[in-house]
Amino acid sequence: MTGINLIFWFIAILTIVSGSIVVLSNNLIYSAVSLLFTLLGIAGLYVFLWADFIAITQILIYVGGILVLIIFGIMLTHRITDVTLSQSSNQQILGGGIVLVIFLGLSYMILNTPWLENSAVEPQETIKQIGNLLMIDYLLPFEVASILLLAALIGAALLSRSSK
Amino acid sequence: MVDFYINLFSSIELIKSYQSSIFIISVLLAGIPIFGFMAVNALVAVYVERKVSAFMQDRLGPMGHGVGLHAGKWGVLQTLADAIKLLTKEDIIPESADKKLFLLAPCIIFIGSFVAFAGFPFNEFLIAADFNLGLFYILAMSSVGVIGIILAGYSSNNKWSLYGSMRSAAQIVSYEIPAALSLLPIVMLSGSLAFKDIVLAQTGSTLGILPNWFIFNNPFMIIAFWLFFIAGVAEVNRTPFDLPEAESELVAGWMTEYSGMRWAFFFLAEYANMFIVAGVATIGFLGGWLSPIPGYFDGSIWGVFWLVSKTSFLIFVMMWFRWTFPRLRTDQLMRMCWKFFLPGSFFVIIGVGLWDLIMR
Repeated sequence: MTGINLIFWFIAILTIVSGSIVVLSNNLIYSAVSLLFTLLGIAGLYVFLWADFIAITQILIYVGGILVLIIFGIMLTHRITDVTLSQSSNQQILGGGIVLVIFLGLSYMILNTPWLENSAVEPQETIKQIGNLLMIDYLLPFEVASILLLAALIGAALLSRSSK
Repeated sequence: MVDFYINLFSSIELIKSYQSSIFIISVLLAGIPIFGFMAVNALVAVYVERKVSAFMQDRLGPMGHGVGLHAGKWGVLQTLADAIKLLTKEDIIPESADKKLFLLAPCIIFIGSFVAFAGFPFNEFLIAADFNLGLFYILAMSSVGVIGIILAGYSSNNKWSLYGSMRSAAQIVSYEIPAALSLLPIVMLSGSLAFKDIVLAQTGSTLGILPNWFIFNNPFMIIAFWLFFIAGVAEVNRTPFDLPEAESELVAGWMTEYSGMRWAFFFLAEYANMFIVAGVATIGFLGGWLSPIPGYFDGSIWGVFWLVSKTSFLIFVMMWFRWTFPRLRTDQLMRMCWKFFLPGSFFVIIGVGLWDLIMR
């Protein structure tokens, strides 16, 4: 087992364990905190796929933005000194069964698919390729997405304005 | 550095076959100096901060009486004594605190600034992990610490802490946006996110005598520099943006309940973050490890010297701010971010783009 493998398994186990805590924990704030480790773990897995740009974007947007908003939301919607924010997990047997079925199905698919193996050479300058693809081949979807985000931004500004 | 160590160890016949150990040792060898640097940085910066504040207020600051059991000449040993005091102090955990999160929060804050240092270059060679997204990486990693601040405030189960962490989170999340946007002109001019290429694009001289640093590239870059620097000061929660700590209102903000070693970790991370903000400003706008006299005094050792001295000067400016400007109110802080800094950074991006298009 090489050092890289060791780190891969560490990150994979970290992602799965913290992901389970997100779902199973009774304390809402604990769920949010373990989501931090899940997101960091997924970013680590992206690095193993040589998607360094996606990995950093994952941390910037999900950890620095969305997770902060989630924790903020939890803290603002409850009493300010209330430490025991709880959530409940109902229908654990049904949910567990569905998870098992999905897990077995995915495992079957993964084991039986003839995978295309990429060359083991690290791609150079991923960000240049992404930039070229975004601005040349996929310019229309890129622009449509930006208009969507702009609309969301204007909507948020409109909602947060005090009504006169 | 990691790659360098791996190549070095792999070239030695005797230990060639232990690939996994080589990898782990190389990572440690690249990482431990970062921790050492953070500690030394905090020690020196705290001393300088106290001296600078003292001189600005017409005081002497920490002083000693020659050698002996005092704090050394000019009090140079004062912060060392403080550090030893912090390490040996009792670690208090409040009874009503959420214990797990209370212990976790300093770790997250510290790790946030520690991993940011992994991508920070001291010269073209001295960088723990060299990869071509350095700037973007540091921006992303410096946003991890916010989670730690929120958790510290929340888990302390104290109103001051919670108010402090709320303010801090709102402030950091807001100021991250103009800080990142005002770095975009650098990427536009250098065409790269790697620190090495960014500094390489600033070699040579401009207008005859000035070094070809990006801040001298065009008038918009001067605005971009100040936008980034001020937004950076806000991101590290320093005066005039120190609402999260605000001694006069919130005791010590989100750090109120912390003591001893854990509090020292906050301090370490705060001074490390100051260094990173000042360092990114140096690399992005002030030519990084290049000498101010183009063509002279360039080289590996000189590079480290120039980078550290430029960065230290910017840290000094931050301390200068502290004793010059009064603290802002929360609404002023938010108005400044969203109504001046954000449009300002968009203006700068368009301006730099047009200037580059017309003048080149």
